Amino acid sequence: MLVLLLGPAVLWLLALIVLPHLDLALLSFRERAAPGEYRASLAQYGTFFTEPLYWQVFVRTAILSIVATALTLLVAFPIAWVITKVARGRASATLFMLCLIPFWVSETVRALGWLILLRESGVLPALLVKLGLTAMPVELLYHDATILVGLVYTSLLFMVVPLVSSLESLDDSLVEAAYDLGASGPAILRDIVIPHAMPGITAGCIVVFMLTLGNYLTPNLLGGKNSQWFTELIYTQFIVRFNWEQGAAFGFLLLALSTAIIAVGLRLSGQRFIDVMRRA
Amino acid sequence: MIGSIPRPAWLRTATALYVATFLIFLFLPLVTVAVFAFNDAAYPAPPWRGFTLDWFFGNEASGRVGLFHDSELLGSIWTSVIVSVWVTALSLGIGTANAFLMERYTFPGKQALSVLILTPLVIPGVILGISILSLSSRLADLMDTLFGLDLEFLRPGLPLVVLGQFAYIATIATLIVSARLKRFDRTLEEAALNLGASHAAVLRTITFPYLRPALIGAAAISLLMSFENFNTTLMLVGADPPLTVMMYGRMREGASPVLNAVSLFLMVASAALALSLMRGGSKK
Repeated sequence: MLVLLLGPAVLWLLALIVLPHLDLALLSFRERAAPGEYRASLAQYGTFFTEPLYWQVFVRTAILSIVATALTLLVAFPIAWVITKVARGRASATLFMLCLIPFWVSETVRALGWLILLRESGVLPALLVKLGLTAMPVELLYHDATILVGLVYTSLLFMVVPLVSSLESLDDSLVEAAYDLGASGPAILRDIVIPHAMPGITAGCIVVFMLTLGNYLTPNLLGGKNSQWFTELIYTQFIVRFNWEQGAAFGFLLLALSTAIIAVGLRLSGQRFIDVMRRA
Repeated sequence: MIGSIPRPAWLRTATALYVATFLIFLFLPLVTVAVFAFNDAAYPAPPWRGFTLDWFFGNEASGRVGLFHDSELLGSIWTSVIVSVWVTALSLGIGTANAFLMERYTFPGKQALSVLILTPLVIPGVILGISILSLSSRLADLMDTLFGLDLEFLRPGLPLVVLGQFAYIATIATLIVSARLKRFDRTLEEAALNLGASHAAVLRTITFPYLRPALIGAAAISLLMSFENFNTTLMLVGADPPLTVMMYGRMREGASPVLNAVSLFLMVASAALALSLMRGGSKK
């Protein structure tokens, strides 16, 4: 029976996760010597470091992802607080449901919504002209800020859910006791609420960061040619230029970055990978 | 806030304003998409030119092709349905097997396996896609040179899309089913076995009925995630793109209100799925 159950699990992980990544690693460490002939080399990684465009896009993607994660936390935390501690009963459940609904439709649909709202001929620029705030319709797409709005929007659910589940377990009487003893609002937040919610904050941040870093659709559609997201470089190398060796190296660099930041996040908050993923 | 703590009026107002702004932010894009599915203009943009159903049913006179006559879009919806059914069936099967494996058995390497089961969630979808693409192409080339076999299913196309999505959705199904199996009271099974029931009968009449809500939930989530998947699919897609990839291609060419129509259709479909799930959940 054990073998019968172990078989599919091992087959799935080996055939679709482990072996493909080993293959990708091999691919990234070779270089074309002559047509049909390859030799082991670090050339693909070398190109990444010597070509400024590549590593600049890499750094840019990392920084924007960190900013997007921080913004998502800032936007989601008050909502999670309202859901768990301010609203009661039905109101709380309804608000939580409302937060989940937009994520039942695909990211493509949500991106389409932002396109219609933000582009030069779109709804918000027209509104700004009508209100007399701008003389002409302004192009709201293709800015870094637009990409950030789109990324925060796409990520909210993955932050709200772990935050709510960690805040739910916070005993109200702790906050009341602190208040009775004269603690101010910011002090309560700093010394009681945030430490208690830390597992949820870590889980949310890790998941959001990872999804943001690996996102393709939102930066591509909302950022247009200016988006310069690292996944776009991978796509270009693999699908457009058919330079799989280079694309594989880029893929590994992205995987390394994502793993590194997750490891740092876990270290900083003193948590284990398994617990965090379970929570998320 | 918490009952005993006084809340000044400004804080209440600020909270209400924040929640209202947040909800507008959350729903504005969706409402916009829905509204412009009915705008009588060739382009989904203001101003409002009147109500029309052309983008659903088409209009011969003005040459508009509505969603229900757009065979390319309808075909891609069908492709998505087929892919998601395959992904769901595979994920449910392996998710249930994994849940039993991890909750009921001890074996050497279990700790390592439990970490490995979670890794698909932290691999960016694009990388999952290219890694499967590279391995399957290598296999296909190998088969071609060794045996002269041309294995079409190892080239970009729907079988690879199914495998790519399944690779990580299986983890999600595993987590959902495991969570419920963990809370199962095993004395129920023991009682049935003591009373002479066979193992198969116990599974059929006790364990699986108990797992049913988790299985239904996992199926719904798998369907949805498969339908919505973009990153992995984009890397593995062949000649017949599923809906998300098709919509993306059309959006890059320039939006047409047909896309709003198909989006609205998607919203209604997922709302129906969510409602029927909740109805099923409350009955339980």
